[in-house]
Amino acid sequence: MNDTSRAGGAASLDVSIASKDYHSGSGSSLRALEDLRLTLPAGQAGAVVGPSGCGKTTLLRLIAGLDKDYVGTIVLPEHGRLGMVFQEPRLLPWRSVIDNIRIAAPHAREDDIAALLDELGLAEHASHFPRELSLGLARRVALARALAVKPDLLLLDEPLVSLDAALARDLREMIARLIDERRITTLIVTHDLREAIALGDRLFLLSARPACVVATIDVPAPRRLQKDAAEALETQAREALAAARAGAQPRHH
Amino acid sequence: MIRFISLAALLLLWQIGASLSDPRRLPGPSAVFEKIYEEAVSGALFSNLAITLARVIAAFALAMSFGTAIGYVMGRNKLADRLLDPWLITLLNLPALVVIVLAYVWAGLTEVAAIGAVALNKLPNAIVVVREGARALDPHLEDMAHVFRFSSAARVKHLVLPQLAPYLAAATRSGLSLVWKIVLVVELLGRSNGVGFEINMAFQLFDMKLLLAYALPFVALMLGVETFLVQPLERHVSRWRRGVSRRLDRV
Repeated sequence: MNDTSRAGGAASLDVSIASKDYHSGSGSSLRALEDLRLTLPAGQAGAVVGPSGCGKTTLLRLIAGLDKDYVGTIVLPEHGRLGMVFQEPRLLPWRSVIDNIRIAAPHAREDDIAALLDELGLAEHASHFPRELSLGLARRVALARALAVKPDLLLLDEPLVSLDAALARDLREMIARLIDERRITTLIVTHDLREAIALGDRLFLLSARPACVVATIDVPAPRRLQKDAAEALETQAREALAAARAGAQPRHH
Repeated sequence: MIRFISLAALLLLWQIGASLSDPRRLPGPSAVFEKIYEEAVSGALFSNLAITLARVIAAFALAMSFGTAIGYVMGRNKLADRLLDPWLITLLNLPALVVIVLAYVWAGLTEVAAIGAVALNKLPNAIVVVREGARALDPHLEDMAHVFRFSSAARVKHLVLPQLAPYLAAATRSGLSLVWKIVLVVELLGRSNGVGFEINMAFQLFDMKLLLAYALPFVALMLGVETFLVQPLERHVSRWRRGVSRRLDRV
């Protein structure tokens, strides 16, 4: 039994999943998530970090309403308007960059879309088709599309994966700036702890499958920490993950 | 240019063949073109071509509409697929002639029976092709449409139809060639006008000039539909692929 509802007051995300199982045709089942709880205050960026295959994308799919087969409750921000950047950009290949944005955000004003394209460095690619774009540019288009709907909740699934170091750094800075300026409640899923520290106000560390939140760490402001502070936070997060593997209880730092 | 040379070679072969055989069995091109001119001047050629073309269009539109709808449902819904698949296999293996004769027996020698029989012959072909297209729809794009709350109309217009376009084009191409051939059989068996009826008359009278005078313009007409309607439409729906390669060529 599941319930996805919208918060009546401040825009925050509240996830409480008792279990999420995958059933195979042969009758066996695999538990992906168990007793997973996370709360993200309005306007904050949360970063979900965990080992590959632990169920991070599954969690995002449940929050996005793409999979309703789970036991638990998910309370979305008020209005529940979602913007999402998938791991693969998932643009309509037969539509130009600007049309991809217009179709996803039919109520967006033309000058807002133009400003967004400009801000993300996509103005000169507006009439290009997705196949003409590099992965980095396509990710930016997907980000522009997600922002064009003026989301109450922005979901980012491994937004920097498969990019080379320089492109990943540029896109990470761009994402950090955009969510800082707009104060959109954002949930980022990543396997990279440094990326999570660079983007998140709050880290949710997931255990291996079946995944649960083993530690929640608030990243001190300003988010872009000095190198030493970031390293200390990274060490703290790694210790929390190691403790979880050793069987310690979930903690909030 | 190569097409023109190929066509000229065909005419030459025809002329040589005609000069070597009995002109009653194989009249030469000039005799046939003369007959075409006669039939055109009398108006009979155009009226019969128009009647047959109208039947082709009606049967094709019926088969494609129902075929697309049924094929889409079968491609998307496993229960519907399992339920309707035996019917589909039966229809696919039912000889066209049986369907035509049954339609004429059950509904009489009427226009409805004629067009219905042709549509029913084309229907399974359209269903099979569209079902494959519906099965191949990208689930990732559907997830994207769900997250961004595409309306039903937007899903059909921006998601489903562009992905089905190559399948619909294939069904159109194979369908048109199948439909016009079956329309001639239907006309031959149970109608009192149209190209098929005229060909039957020519056969009864052993008038090869008349037979070819109706067959050739109709083939030319269907070639024209393919060249000036189907192919441009196919190019239009796949223009985004060419746009990419053209732009990349310029870089």
